[in-house]
Amino acid sequence: MAQALEIIQKQKDSEQWDEPYLVNMGPQHPATHGVLRLFLELDGETIVRCDPRIGYLHRGVEKLSEHRTYSQAMVLTDRLDYIASAANNVGYCLAVEKLMGLEVPRRAQIIRVIVCEMARIASHLLWLATHALDIGAMTVFLYCFRDREWLLDIFEEICGARLTVSYPRIGGVRLDFNQKIIDELYRFTEEFPHRIPEYETLIDVNRIWLKRTKGVGVISGEEAVNLGLTGPSLRGSGVGYDLRRARPYLIYDELDFEVAVEFEGDVYSRYRVRMKEMREANKIIRQCLDKLAECEGEPVIAEDAPDLVIPYGKIKRPEPAPHPKRGYLVKGVEVPIVPEGEVYFAIEAPKGELGYYIVSDGTGHPWRVRIRAPSFVHISALPALSEGQMVADIIAVIGSVDIVLGECDR
Amino acid sequence: MIDFLRLYDTANHFLLKYLGLSVFKSLVLVGITLLHVAYTTYAERKIIGHMQQRLGPNRVGPRGLLQPIADVLKLITKEDIIPSCVDSPVVFKLAPFISLVAGATSLAVIPIWEHFVVTNVNMALLVVLAMSSLSSFGVILAGWASNSRYSFLGGLRASAQVISYEIAMALALVGVMMLAGSMNLIEIVKAQIESPFKIYAIPQIIGFFVFMVAAIAETNRTPFDLPEAESELVAGYFVEYSGIRFALFYLAEYFGMIVMCMLAVVCFLGGWYGPFEIPGVPMFWFLLKLYFLIFFYIWVRATLPRYRYDQLMGLGWKVLIPLALLNIVITGLIKVLA
Repeated sequence: MAQALEIIQKQKDSEQWDEPYLVNMGPQHPATHGVLRLFLELDGETIVRCDPRIGYLHRGVEKLSEHRTYSQAMVLTDRLDYIASAANNVGYCLAVEKLMGLEVPRRAQIIRVIVCEMARIASHLLWLATHALDIGAMTVFLYCFRDREWLLDIFEEICGARLTVSYPRIGGVRLDFNQKIIDELYRFTEEFPHRIPEYETLIDVNRIWLKRTKGVGVISGEEAVNLGLTGPSLRGSGVGYDLRRARPYLIYDELDFEVAVEFEGDVYSRYRVRMKEMREANKIIRQCLDKLAECEGEPVIAEDAPDLVIPYGKIKRPEPAPHPKRGYLVKGVEVPIVPEGEVYFAIEAPKGELGYYIVSDGTGHPWRVRIRAPSFVHISALPALSEGQMVADIIAVIGSVDIVLGECDR
Repeated sequence: MIDFLRLYDTANHFLLKYLGLSVFKSLVLVGITLLHVAYTTYAERKIIGHMQQRLGPNRVGPRGLLQPIADVLKLITKEDIIPSCVDSPVVFKLAPFISLVAGATSLAVIPIWEHFVVTNVNMALLVVLAMSSLSSFGVILAGWASNSRYSFLGGLRASAQVISYEIAMALALVGVMMLAGSMNLIEIVKAQIESPFKIYAIPQIIGFFVFMVAAIAETNRTPFDLPEAESELVAGYFVEYSGIRFALFYLAEYFGMIVMCMLAVVCFLGGWYGPFEIPGVPMFWFLLKLYFLIFFYIWVRATLPRYRYDQLMGLGWKVLIPLALLNIVITGLIKVLA
C-alpha cells in the first residue's frame, strides 16, 4: 500500500500523466476464469500491451507424480482441467498403456470414448455458460448449467464422483456401465440436440452478441499454428486438425463424426466450432451406446492390468473379485510394473491437444511426467489475440480460447 | 405586538396548509418509492430467477418476501470502509448522496395522480432531465475519488455515456412537448387524453423507442451497464464502496429506474388514465403501467448481453440521436398538417 502511494505521489510530482495507464487484471477477477493475472497497458480503452502472468494455481502435479505409483498419479490428472477430468484420466491411462504395451478390452475402449465425449460436452457447456456471462448474457449461463448438471449426475451414477471422476484405470475402466446409466445416456442423447437451439436462440440471433464476437480477437490459421493453438481455438481459424481424426486412438476411427471447422478465426467462429462439437459429441455418444450393446458382458479391464499384477508375495490381499476388478495399492510398495522407456501420447481433450510425456526408469513410479496442457499454450497466445482490441474484448478473447488455470499451472 | 402575532399566525397557517401538505406528500411519496425500490429488487431476483429456471430468494420470510429487508439491514450494519488510498475522502463520502438525492428529487415533480404531485412545476420535464444528469455526477465523482483504476474507467465510461444518451433522451421528449404544447407533466397527460390516440406512444412510437433505450442507458442497466460492467471492471465506479454507501448507489440505480419508468408512463402512456376508472384507487392504472415497464427493464436484463464501449457510443450518436431528430421533424409535419 505504501509503495503504491509512493508511486502515485511520484507520478503526481513529475506530472507524467501521459504515461501508459496500467491495469492489473486478476488474479482475483470475475472474468479471468480462475486465477489468471493480466497486466494491461491501456491507451484509453484500447489495449496496448497485454502481459499474462501465471502460476497462482501451481500445485506441482508433474513433480508429485514422480512420487506416486502410476495408478496413484492418475488421480492427480483429475485436477488439471477439472471441468473435463475424465478426458485427462483417459489421456494419462493411454500414455501409460502405450508404455506398457497393454491391450485394453474393447468394451473399456467404448466406455472411455463415452466418458471423454461426456466430458467434452460438459466442458463446452461450462465454457458457453461462462463466456456468455462474461459478455453479459446471464440467462445462457443457467441454461447451460442445468444441462451440465444432468451430465454430472450421470457421472455420479457411473463412478460416484461428479467432477474429479478418476474413473478410468490403467488397462481399462473401474466399473462397467449398468443398465440405468445406459438408459439415462440414451435419454440424454435424445434430448440434448433439442437443448442446443435453446442456447442459440438466446445468443445467435442477438445483434449485441454478434457485434461483440464477430471480428474480435481474429487470428489467421497460419498464426494459430505458429502459436501452437490446438483444439477448437485452432479449428476456428480454418485448420481442421483434430487428433481424433489425425491420429485416431481408442475407437475413434470406427466412428462417424465431423470435425467442426470455421474459417473466420474470430471469437464468433470459435463459438460456432464448439457448438458444432457439442452436437458431434452427442452423435458419438449415441454411436458408442449402440456399440456397447454389441459387447455386452465383456470385461472392462485387461487381465494383466498393473493393479492386478502386483506380486502376491509382497502384499497380503484377498482373491480378486471376478468383475469389476479392483486394484490394491499399498503406500510405499514399489512394484516394477512399467518397463523402462519414454512415451508421448496426446488426445483431443475438450480444450485442445492434451499430451502426456512419461519417462519410466523401470520402477513403479514415473521418473518424469510432463504434461502438454492446451490452456498453457493458449494463454501464451493471449497477447497476440488481444493487443489493439478494447478492454471489453479481452474478456471475450479469454473466454473464447477457453482456458482453465488448473491445467495451465498444473 | 399584534402585528407580530398576526405574522406568526399567517406563517403558521401557510406552513400547515402548503408546506405541511408538501412535506406530508413528500414523505408518503418517498415511503412508497422506497418500498417499491426494495420490492423491485425482490421482483427482479424472483423474475430473473424464474426466467433462468431457478427459484430466486425463498428463504427469508414466506416466499422470500422479507429478503429485501434482510438485505437492507445487512448493508446498514456493515462496516463503512474508506480506503486509505482514496483521493478525496470528502468527495468519496459525498458521491453516493449526490446520486441518490438527484435521483429521488425528480419524484417531486412527477404526477402520480392529478391531485397527487408534490410540486406542480411548469418546467417539470426539464427538472427531471436535469436531475437525471446530476445523478450521474455522483457516479463520475465516485469513480474519480476512489483513486482506483477500475473505478476510474467506470467513471469515464459513465460520463461519456451520460452525455451521449442525455441528448437522445431530451430530443425524444421534444416530440411530446411539441404535441402537448407544454412541459407541465399534468398538462401533458391531459393533452394525451384529448389526442386522437389517447396515448402518445402511438404517434410518438419512434420517440417512445428512443426514450426507452436512452432511459436504460441513463440508469446504467443491461445492456448498457458499462460503467459497472461486472466482467470487465469488476464493479466499475463503486468497486471501492462498501456498506451503506454501496447500498445508496444501489438505491440510486433503482430510484433512477423507477423515475424513468414513471416519466415514460406520464409522457407516453397516458399517466393515471385507463380504459375505465377503478373506484377508490385513482393510481391503479399508473402503477399498472409502471409495473409493466419495470418488468420490461428486468426482462431486458435477463435477455441481452452487454454492449462494448465504442458500440454503445456508436448506437447513441449514429442511431438514437438521428432517430430522435427524425421524430421531431415528423412530429412537426403532423402538427402543421393536422
